[in-house]
Amino acid sequence: MDFYQTSLSQLHDDLVNKKISATELTKETFDHIRGNEDQVKAFISLNEDQALKRAAEIDTKGISADQLTAGVPLAVKDNILTKGLTTTAASKMLENFNPVYDATVVEKLNAADYINVGKTNLDEFAMGSSTENSAFFTTHNPWDLTRVPGGSSGGSAAAVAAGDVLGALGTDTGGSIRMPASFNGVVGMKPTYGRVSRWGIIAFGSSFDQVGWLTQNVKDNALLTALISGNDERDMTSSLKEVPDWAAQLNENTNVKGLRIAVPKEYFDGLDEDVQEVIKAALDHLESLGAIVDEVSLPHTQYGVPAYYILASSEASSNLQRYDGIRYGFRAADVKNLEDVYVRSRSEGFGEEVKRRIMLGTFSLSAGFYDAYFNKAAKVRRLIAQDFEDVFKDHDVIVGATGASTAFKIGAEIDDPQTMYMNDVLTVPVNMAGLPAMSIPAGFSAKNGMPVGLQIIGKAFDEQTVYNTGYVFEQTTDFHKKTPKLGGQN
Amino acid sequence: MASKITEQQVEHVAELAKLEFPKDELSKFTTQLGNIIDMFEDLEAVDTDGVEPMTSATDRVNVMREDKAVKSSKEEQEALLNNAPETDGGYIKVPAILDESEDGE
Amino acid sequence: MNFQTTIGLEVHVELKTNSKIYSPSPVEYGDQPNANTNVIDWGYPGVLPSLNKGVVRDGIMAGLALHAQIAHHMHFDRKNYFYPDNPKAYQITQSDTPIAHDGWIEIEVNGKKKKIGIKEMHIEEDAGKNTHTSKYSYVDLNRQGTPLIEIVSKPDIASPEEAVAYLEALRQRIQFTGISDVKMEEGSMRVDTNISIRPIGSDKFGTKTEMKNINSFNYVRKALAFEEKRHQKVLIAGGHIGQETRRYDEATGETILMRTKEGSDDYRYFPEPDLPPVNVSDEWISEIESEMPEMPGERREHYVKDLGLTDYDAMVLTQTKEMSDFFEEAVKDGGDPKRVANYLMNDVNSYLNDKQVDLQDTKLTPANLAGMVKLIEDGTISSKMAKKVFKGILDGEEPNAYAKEHGLVQLSDPAQLQPIVDEVLDNNEQSIEDFKNGKDRAVGYLMGQIMKQTRGKANPQVVTQLLMKSLKAK
Repeated sequence: MDFYQTSLSQLHDDLVNKKISATELTKETFDHIRGNEDQVKAFISLNEDQALKRAAEIDTKGISADQLTAGVPLAVKDNILTKGLTTTAASKMLENFNPVYDATVVEKLNAADYINVGKTNLDEFAMGSSTENSAFFTTHNPWDLTRVPGGSSGGSAAAVAAGDVLGALGTDTGGSIRMPASFNGVVGMKPTYGRVSRWGIIAFGSSFDQVGWLTQNVKDNALLTALISGNDERDMTSSLKEVPDWAAQLNENTNVKGLRIAVPKEYFDGLDEDVQEVIKAALDHLESLGAIVDEVSLPHTQYGVPAYYILASSEASSNLQRYDGIRYGFRAADVKNLEDVYVRSRSEGFGEEVKRRIMLGTFSLSAGFYDAYFNKAAKVRRLIAQDFEDVFKDHDVIVGATGASTAFKIGAEIDDPQTMYMNDVLTVPVNMAGLPAMSIPAGFSAKNGMPVGLQIIGKAFDEQTVYNTGYVFEQTTDFHKKTPKLGGQN
Repeated sequence: MASKITEQQVEHVAELAKLEFPKDELSKFTTQLGNIIDMFEDLEAVDTDGVEPMTSATDRVNVMREDKAVKSSKEEQEALLNNAPETDGGYIKVPAILDESEDGE
Repeated sequence: MNFQTTIGLEVHVELKTNSKIYSPSPVEYGDQPNANTNVIDWGYPGVLPSLNKGVVRDGIMAGLALHAQIAHHMHFDRKNYFYPDNPKAYQITQSDTPIAHDGWIEIEVNGKKKKIGIKEMHIEEDAGKNTHTSKYSYVDLNRQGTPLIEIVSKPDIASPEEAVAYLEALRQRIQFTGISDVKMEEGSMRVDTNISIRPIGSDKFGTKTEMKNINSFNYVRKALAFEEKRHQKVLIAGGHIGQETRRYDEATGETILMRTKEGSDDYRYFPEPDLPPVNVSDEWISEIESEMPEMPGERREHYVKDLGLTDYDAMVLTQTKEMSDFFEEAVKDGGDPKRVANYLMNDVNSYLNDKQVDLQDTKLTPANLAGMVKLIEDGTISSKMAKKVFKGILDGEEPNAYAKEHGLVQLSDPAQLQPIVDEVLDNNEQSIEDFKNGKDRAVGYLMGQIMKQTRGKANPQVVTQLLMKSLKAK
């Protein structure tokens, strides 16, 4: 079984009608994973024994007709706490960490009888754009194993692209769901900030982090996102807004006639030519379907990356202070005194990129620098959010590329953090403003055949219009039907 | 604003963050940080007069919980202690704290 | 050279809420280490704080009690530092928008009244507790997250005596709001202090030295007095005061250097992203104001003006909210204010001191105390017997029933007493003679005999009346 040919609704029907059992489905899933995991390396840990046990339980219990994910194998990014299953954040610091509780999103999935296939690889503590910062190993892009899967949710995106699962949970702080989605030719949606509870998500940038799904298609994404959304009293930043049944609006009547699409001119700066081609064609296509494409300006776009890196690193530097070798996690061996416990545990437990971000954040918050860095960046954040608000006064969605380029070669940028950071220029402004945004497969590079993603940004809490737009594009094109031939280029 | 960060400053920041860098890496790291901080200084060009800082994207205000006590389960308490690298009689154990005035208050 | 002193006080008050400020764990004492903790208290990966409304309410009430401006808009900030009892390695506090500011409290020193300004008050979380041996430290996170209000004074305090007067006034007002026990000895009130001196007339403040966690008001006064002299000695000798943290040594009465504070610590404060801001409405402030218990000053006025007590009585009765509430309740139950006051100030306070307990921990009730006082008033029991009845009400017994049961009811019926008077007179002819001869002592002797005959139960006033009448008739 590979999940390319089916959908969540279809699979659910098959399970309900006993065309396939949860146990069979789970067995086939792990067989499929075994077929490519040596090459792709999407998973930090596989949960085969527990998964089969759970599947058997669910088969005995029976698949409830109204639980869409009952018996469905799904994967979870390893910075999301799963009780009883080691959760590592791809870091030596948490290599053997046994979480004492489940994240809210996992609680919801458990209540919906999902099957946890395993924990996917990521950049350590979600800091990175290529998954090369994982302390354990790098995941390989199924479309071209010499290339990165993007990051930080590289493992989840690769698992979906490799056909291992229908969907995999990811997190997005500055583009970590959307970028890998774009690099892997899959759908990746970051909901509005506050849509999904952050309880049990290992914090990186608290005012940016959101949980979302990598999936094979748009409708599945809408179904799965609705499942994990909703207010959680344990997360005081989570919204009270009702969660609409987005998928119910995705059908043959959905259209983009009269949809006012804003295309920021700044979003075309610096795009690789092959990406530009695909995006232009995509916009033309939407126009041909009745959308109104309008050029706009988001004047502060160029300041998004520096402002983001200051703010997110600052929050991260504080969030990661708790990793001190005292209550859980890695403690250095042969410590002579308390200072040793702190300094050696942290210096040995954290990888280079994490330490770099901690240093940047600590610096930005430190006495004498707070005003010029943190506070300045926070003001720029306000301006970026206002830019979006202004455009959304008379537009419905903003559309452009997800990334300036396609997936780069493994090792190409890892020694140049600055270049790596510039990958995020089109994605970070979205997190700054807290808006919903999705990347969908929009075509392939004429240069290297790698997938190119189209980013659709919506108004706050208007995931519906984002899904509608993505759905229509997907249903009127064939890009999402193409799948990687593992082992070489397509 | 000085555009480069010095090795001394890097060491001070490392102290605050309880990190240490071997001498041979310090120089490379300082250069890297300096370049990134250079990029940060692009923000100086932005006119932010009268702009309120934005430090969250939440749509909530006035979120508070009723003052009701909820005791954690024995199971949770045991799991918490089990995860600690060193415990003793229910306490978390660490090498002796020498400077008692370093308690942040 | 003459100097003027400036003293600053930072007082931490521990609140009596049911749960912690950012976690629903119980605020309880004396339990097993780490028994009142959850994943939030341990600072686990993925946890988030949740703000306790009761703490915000108590903070506002404290602000109102100290005549402060309540913030209409506030948020929280992170204070970052590493310490084993600080599990997140940051404390969620308020550095930017304190819950209240610009308050004041009135003190009286040597008959002079003075208003001491309060710069600001903010709510925050307490850390865990460390205990030490020479090689290891042991961390208990039960206290982690306990709600605190930090109260910072303005530089108006000019002497160690004023400092103690401030602390006493502060303690009393906060105690009367009911939000905290404010007991230094239990840690529900903690004091950090700093002091500097400067030549009289100079407008530039001198260098401060600070002392933390001194555990009684008396030691605060002594420590500040010592520091004041030490600063003077140093400056007169032409030296400089170093910016130091010092410890007060109770045995020697001196302060000892703990560490020098070269430059301040860098806590890298920034707004807490996990807690949305709080807007406090005028309506909520009014609601809390209406819930505020009457403050000691107002109560004392009422006791003196309306209930006829002395200033001293009123002062003693308003030492604690419990005593004051108890007194008012007993008066409501019909007890004579002066008698109730006397009992509370003397017999009750002695008992509490003896047994080292608080009023609320005894079985004594206002109704029972009032009941006993009424029995004395209407002559049902004598003051002597009252001492026995008092033991009963301390045990929670109803005074009327107790007096009857234990035969403590006074014999007041003349019809019952006259025969006894007659009998005693018949048996003591000599005393009658003595009385007729002007020896007043004979009356006392006869009284004694009558009381003995009635085993002390006769009502002395009635007996005296009957005896004198009978003697005169002889």
